[in-house]
Amino acid sequence: MAETAARDVAEDLARRSGWQGIAADWSSDQRAFKNVSWGKAMMWIFLLSDTFIFSCFLLSYMTARMSTTVPWPNPSEVFALHIGGEQVPLILIAIMTFVLISSSGTMAMAVNFGYRGDRAKTAALMLATAAFGATFVGMQAFEWTKLILEGVRPWANPFGAPQFGSTFFMITGFHGTHVTIGVVFLLIIARKVWRGDFDTKRRGFFTSRKGNYEIIEITGLYWHFVDLVWVFIFALFYLW
Amino acid sequence: MTQATAHAEVQHPIKLYLIVWGWLFVLSTFSYLVDYFHLEGYLRWVLILLLMIAKAGLIVAVFMHMAWERLALICAILLPPLLVLVFLAIMVSESDYTLLTRVAFFGAGS
Repeated sequence: MAETAARDVAEDLARRSGWQGIAADWSSDQRAFKNVSWGKAMMWIFLLSDTFIFSCFLLSYMTARMSTTVPWPNPSEVFALHIGGEQVPLILIAIMTFVLISSSGTMAMAVNFGYRGDRAKTAALMLATAAFGATFVGMQAFEWTKLILEGVRPWANPFGAPQFGSTFFMITGFHGTHVTIGVVFLLIIARKVWRGDFDTKRRGFFTSRKGNYEIIEITGLYWHFVDLVWVFIFALFYLW
Repeated sequence: MTQATAHAEVQHPIKLYLIVWGWLFVLSTFSYLVDYFHLEGYLRWVLILLLMIAKAGLIVAVFMHMAWERLALICAILLPPLLVLVFLAIMVSESDYTLLTRVAFFGAGS
């Protein structure tokens, strides 16, 4: 095993870089992504397809907003909260943004500790990430409740253009679903790390294959993507 | 063991992630302040987009390790989303046209 790894690293170093590297990688009549495992490549390709889904949502939102003759509700006022008798604009959304960014930070560190084989720290950081994610979903539930009580519906709302409700519920709902799935995914992998499955080479319950610490990086890719989508939703839906 | 050796290139110091985390906080604060200070017009839109792209770039490059991948993967994943910009251009012209017909129809209908 160790020799294989050493040979892999030597091959990595021998590979050409830049545009010649692309031509060599893609024309080698073998796999195109040389030093990337199939699991990681497949996660990236899944994320690429997910990018198109969210792009379509945001583009349909843009089209609805640009083509309506009724004024669009001002998100700054719609998402404001009363704190201490004062109207603070968009504060809940800002806190949600910081929570999700923090979860990305802990996830990035979990991946790093995973490759170092530090099981306790990896599992703890993954649980912290899941906790941040659950907090985010909770705050989103609070936000939805508040808006629904104020009369926002997918077909109408008291603030302006009716399309506001449908785009809001669809975009944030789909993103919240992604976060929820991510939390479940994190908890499953954190449990495996904690139990030492990747050291004892225990077979997975679903695939019956032996896992390794790379799954943490793959989980991380998904999680960072959820954060990435929020960056775009925050900028284009809440701030615009 | 094999993994640790094979992924020698992913062994970055934790400090790197903390710095990026800090920057993401700073950039998010700036984008919140854009709204807080009620900046309007092109200044608002340019700032929102710049901060968005900076944050997205940091997440993809460092947190998702794209900066250390081979160019073959970078191109395969990052170039296709650029086609969304074509879709964007189509929908901008389409919604301009829809708005125009709506204004003409609702305006003339009274």
